[in-house]
Amino acid sequence: MAETTTHVAEPTRRDFLFIATGAAAAVGGATLVWPFIQSLAPDAATVAAGAPVEVDLSPIAAGQIVKVFWRGKLIFVRNRTPEEIKAAEDVNLASLRDPQPDSARVKPDHAQWLVVYGNCTHLGCVPLGNQGEYNGWFCPCHGSVFDTSGRVRGGPAPINLPIPPYAFVSDTKIIIGQEEATA
Amino acid sequence: MSQYSTTYVPKSSFGKWFESRLPIASLVHSSFIAFPVPRNLTYFWTFGAILVFMLVAQIVTGVFLAMYYTPNAALAFQSVEHIMRDVNYGWLIRYLHANGASMFFVAVYIHIFRNFYYGSYKAPREVLYILGVIIFILMMATAFMGYVLPWGQMSFWGATVITNLFSALPVVGETIVSFLWGGYSVGNPTLNRFFSLHYLLPFMIFGVVILHVWALHVPGQNNPTGIPIKSGKDAVPFTPYATIKDIFAVVVFMIFFAYWVFYIPNYLGHADNYIPANPAVTPAHIVPEWYFLPFYAILRAIPDKLGGVIAMFSAILVWFLMPWLDTSKVRSTAYRPLYKQFFWVFVAVCILLGWLGAKPAEGWYVIVSQIATAYYFIHFLVILPVLGFVERPLPLPNSILESVMGVQKGGAGMPAGANAEPQSKG
Repeated sequence: MAETTTHVAEPTRRDFLFIATGAAAAVGGATLVWPFIQSLAPDAATVAAGAPVEVDLSPIAAGQIVKVFWRGKLIFVRNRTPEEIKAAEDVNLASLRDPQPDSARVKPDHAQWLVVYGNCTHLGCVPLGNQGEYNGWFCPCHGSVFDTSGRVRGGPAPINLPIPPYAFVSDTKIIIGQEEATA
Repeated sequence: MSQYSTTYVPKSSFGKWFESRLPIASLVHSSFIAFPVPRNLTYFWTFGAILVFMLVAQIVTGVFLAMYYTPNAALAFQSVEHIMRDVNYGWLIRYLHANGASMFFVAVYIHIFRNFYYGSYKAPREVLYILGVIIFILMMATAFMGYVLPWGQMSFWGATVITNLFSALPVVGETIVSFLWGGYSVGNPTLNRFFSLHYLLPFMIFGVVILHVWALHVPGQNNPTGIPIKSGKDAVPFTPYATIKDIFAVVVFMIFFAYWVFYIPNYLGHADNYIPANPAVTPAHIVPEWYFLPFYAILRAIPDKLGGVIAMFSAILVWFLMPWLDTSKVRSTAYRPLYKQFFWVFVAVCILLGWLGAKPAEGWYVIVSQIATAYYFIHFLVILPVLGFVERPLPLPNSILESVMGVQKGGAGMPAGANAEPQSKG
C-alpha cells in the first residue's frame, strides 16, 4: 500500500469544503428519508375511505349490540336497556380508572344509545358484549372488563373505550365520522 | 496440528493468479479448514451450523413460497390454500417453511442456553454475543411478520396485538401505530409492508450472521471448560473434525425436523389460523407461537399496559448487559457449583413462563406469572452480579488437553515447557 499524506497544520479552504460537503450530504440524506417515512402513513385512498357512514338504529332491539366499521375500525352501537343505563349512571366516579360520567359518553336525550370503538384499549382485541362482571364487555385476550358505558373497570386496559365522532341525524339514524348532523 | 498445514498455498497456476487478485480461498482455508477448534467440543457446539442450515432452508423455501403467494388482504388466505392444494409439492414447501421457523427457534434456544451455561458471552466474546442477540431479535421480527402473511384469524389478531404494543408509548404511540398499519387498523397496507419486510429481514439476518461468524473467528470458540486454547494439543483443525461433526448433527436435526413436517405439520400452529381474518371477531383464546410464549407471559404479568410492554422488551434487552452483569471470572458453569443450581432454576423459570404464556390470563396463573417474571429479572440483575463475588469456583484444569486426557506427568516424553507455545501468547 502506498503511503498517503493528509496532514496539514493549518485549517485550509479544503477543510472548509470537506465540512460544507459533509453538511450538505447530511441535510440531503435526512431530506431524502422524509418521503420514505411519510409513505408509511395512511395513504390518500385509506383517508378517503374514512368518509362518514350512516347507521339506521331502528332495527337494533333493546339490549342488542351492533358492529359497524368506520375507517376500517370496529364500532359498537349498543341499544341499552333502562337497567343498563341505570347501572352505568350509578357509579362512584372516584372508583374508576378513567373517571367519566355516563352522561359525557352519550348524546343528550339519547342515553339509550352507546356508540364506542370496538377494540380493547389494551392491545386491540374485540371484547365480547354482555359479558364480564358489569355485563358490559369482557376482553378474552387479556381480561379487561368494561361496563355498560364502555368504561374500563378491570384488567390491563388503561382507558375507556373511546367515543368516535358521531351525531344524530334523526332519532333513529346516526352518522359516524362527523360531529355535526349536516349530512 | 503439526501434521496439517495452517497456511494456504495455492497449488495450481490459476490458483496463484486468483489468490493474488481475490484471496478468498485462503480466507476459507484459514476460517473453515485449518481453523483450530477446541478438541473437547460437545454436540452443543454444532447448533451454530444447524442454525446456518435452518436460515438457508428458510430462505430457499421462502423464495419459492413467494412465487405462489399473493400479499393482498382479499387474496392472501386463498393463495395459501392454493399453495396447499394446487401447487406441486406446495404443501411440502409450506410445511417445511412453517415448521422450519419453529425448528429455527428450537436450535437458537439451545444455542443461547449453551452460551449461558458455558459463559460464552464473557470477555473476549462480548461483541460476538451481542451480534447473536441482534440476530435473535431480527429472527423474532421476521417470524412474527411471517405468521401474519396467511391472513387467518391468528395472523390478523396477532398483528393487531403486537402492533398495539407500540400504542403504549406516551404521546407518539398512536402515530407510530398508524405508521405501522398504514391505516387506522390492521389491513391491506399492513399485509403488504409485512410481506416486503419478511422478505428483507432474512437477508439482514444473513449479514449479521457473517459478522457473528467473523467475530467468532477472532477469539475462537469457547469450550466446555471455558479455558482458552493454550497449545496446539488443545485443538484440532476445523476440517475434518468440526465439519464432519457439524454435518452429522445437521442430518440428525433434519430427522427431527422431518418428523414434524411429515407427521404433525400443524401441531405447532393454531386451528384458528385456518379461518380467514375477520376484524369483527377475536378468537376466544389468542396465543402467540410457542417461541414467544415466555415473553408473552411477562407482558401479561404486569397489570399495566405500558409497564407490561416495557417488561417484555426489557426481558430481551437485559441480555445485552449480561457480559457485564456476570461478575464471575470463571466462564464454564461446570466449575461453578452455586451458579449451576441457579442456572437450572432459571431454565425451569423460562419453561414455566412459556407454559403460563399459553394459559388464560386469570386467577392464579397471573400470580405465578408475576412471581416467575420477578425471578427472571432477579436472575440477571441480582443473582448474576452477586454470585461472582460469593461463589468459590472449582479448580480449573490447566489445559483443555488435561481436561480430556487427564493430568499427564511428563507428557509422554514431551520436554518441559513444550506446552508454552509461542502462538498462545497475546
